[in-house]
Amino acid sequence: MLAKIWDQHVIARLGDDTDLLHVDRHLLHDLGGSRGLLDLKSRGLSVHNAELTFATPDHAISTARGRAGTIKIGQELLAALRVETSASGIQMFDIDEPGQGIVHVIGPELGLSLPGCLIVCGDSHTCTHGGLGALAFGIGSSELTHVLATQALIQRRPKTMRVRFEGKLSLGVTAKDLILALIGQVGAAGGTGYAVEYAGNAMCEMPVEGRLTICNLSIELGAKMGMVAPDEKTFEYLRGRLYAPQGEMWGRAVKAWRELPSDPDAGFDKEVVIDVTKIVPQVTWGISPEHVIGVDGRIPDPEGIDDPARRAAVETALDYMGLKPGAAIAGTPVDWVFIGSCTNSRLSDLRAAAEVARGRKVAAGVRAWIVPGSETVKRDAVAEGLDKLFTDAGFEWREPGCSMCLAANGETVAPGLRSVSTSNRNFVGRQGPRARTHLASPAMAAAAAIAGAIADVRTMER
Amino acid sequence: MSKPFNKLTAIAAPIMRGNIDTDVIIRIERLVGNSVRGTLGKWAFGALRYLPDGSENPEFILNREPYRRAEILVTGPNFGCGSSREGAVWSLQEMGIRAIIGSGFGDIFFANCFQNGILPIVVDKEIVDGLAAEIEITQGAGRIGIDLEGQTITSPTGKKHSFEIDPRRREGLLRGLDEVALTLQRDDEIRAFQASDREARPWIHFTRKSA
Repeated sequence: MLAKIWDQHVIARLGDDTDLLHVDRHLLHDLGGSRGLLDLKSRGLSVHNAELTFATPDHAISTARGRAGTIKIGQELLAALRVETSASGIQMFDIDEPGQGIVHVIGPELGLSLPGCLIVCGDSHTCTHGGLGALAFGIGSSELTHVLATQALIQRRPKTMRVRFEGKLSLGVTAKDLILALIGQVGAAGGTGYAVEYAGNAMCEMPVEGRLTICNLSIELGAKMGMVAPDEKTFEYLRGRLYAPQGEMWGRAVKAWRELPSDPDAGFDKEVVIDVTKIVPQVTWGISPEHVIGVDGRIPDPEGIDDPARRAAVETALDYMGLKPGAAIAGTPVDWVFIGSCTNSRLSDLRAAAEVARGRKVAAGVRAWIVPGSETVKRDAVAEGLDKLFTDAGFEWREPGCSMCLAANGETVAPGLRSVSTSNRNFVGRQGPRARTHLASPAMAAAAAIAGAIADVRTMER
Repeated sequence: MSKPFNKLTAIAAPIMRGNIDTDVIIRIERLVGNSVRGTLGKWAFGALRYLPDGSENPEFILNREPYRRAEILVTGPNFGCGSSREGAVWSLQEMGIRAIIGSGFGDIFFANCFQNGILPIVVDKEIVDGLAAEIEITQGAGRIGIDLEGQTITSPTGKKHSFEIDPRRREGLLRGLDEVALTLQRDDEIRAFQASDREARPWIHFTRKSA
């Protein structure tokens, strides 16, 4: 599948497996978008294909009501994005408009991200869009300028890896748990240099939004790209979306998309098979997504680790996280719960959290935020009454944006406090200096908010 | 466009912890704003380099002589994983780092290095560990030599190791090429591709104007 999509985008072969590729969709956000446009201007160049470039503010805007609390730099970045996209003729989805939101949530939602599309964005979680059968990956600032100037990108073809998730998911186990379990098994560098294709019957059965979550965490596996073969579920998800092809064009597009899945005899450079029936709800204990265990598991004890490098890594992680070796992870008290981010802020994620929160109360002393991924997700959730359900339970209902996931707008967890987060990174200081982050699924995060501690959602299912 | 890179003999500092992510290399707050370039060197590895009160952490290797003057980093596995932020590379470049030797890097970080004239070298873990051990034995006094043209590393005690590098990227570093200018020379090819692609996949090129 990688080869099929890749080959369709080759403008020129540059040798040594390196090609000049056509970029079909370039997504800009507030953190790097205006910088790239200004960089282009300073070189005396203009945007090569403004009609294939789309922008929205997400990283540095506040998610408080009325956007109160957007820091000065955030306001400046938003203003610059407005000015520079308008001057370049780039479509921008502004705050409070349908279409605004986390760039990796709006791409699929608007039908901008399509099967077989080559999508780039100056953000590592661009791999999310692979859930629709797109070839999508994050780029740096220099590459961003290159794409603006040329609508093309120089890339070396990655090796291929197939991950087959086989079996039926157990109660309380979600897409997030599958991908965290995989990262725990193969490591945070297990996918480095590969484009990962997720397959197996569990992927065929998984709804599109779950596939987006799985592909989103590909970068945490070390892989720049992750993808799932497009199928009838993909087409149903996309049908009628604003930028998806319509009418006669729709039929032509679907016909082409049906050709994209890997052939039955396709070879991969690496293959991993995961028996999903063995996976329980996951939670991270350390400072890398690979530091993950089942919620019924125990925090690792460095004493039992022979390899000195691994032992030192576990000691460093436990010291940062303030955890006791060998203790059960469930029951660890939490201060914060964050439900949002490009990993888990779609309507299905909010519904999963709401299912746990319904009729219950957030534990005393816990702050819990719900940050929808887009204006559309927000409006749909409100139409279902989820906002009221959450606020009745003691959660705070916020405006769409990246928020605490990367803490670029002062929305941070205070030093030393412990957070259960549906986001993608538990890195040192990621949610704020010295903040301690445990990654988990939306249902698990909601369970932690209710229990006031890391809790096994399976004991709270109705 | 960056400065050409060819030969370098310099002090090297080992930072051997695995999975050092770009959030650890530079915090996001330091990158929010349009005029951060030129101010990032002192914020590289901020969480490791400074104590909560803002003073230097004497335990961190880059705060010690002679490593304070290191131009080469010898790194643990999966260095530069995580966020795509090119600011991580800018901060290293601004603190004087010109080459990074490790057994593996985050893919996006790796690409960003070349865009900024930093040479990331991938060699076997045994070689990386050997280099780190030699640096420790010579207490940083032994320098590491890197010859990009000849694709060799000379260890502090004079051992030679060869390394592989993508020829196009090697050429780019040696000559300090500007990729945007080079690609624009192929603009006819880009436009020809788009013209035929409009026939093959019109839905890619058809986009509505407003939401």
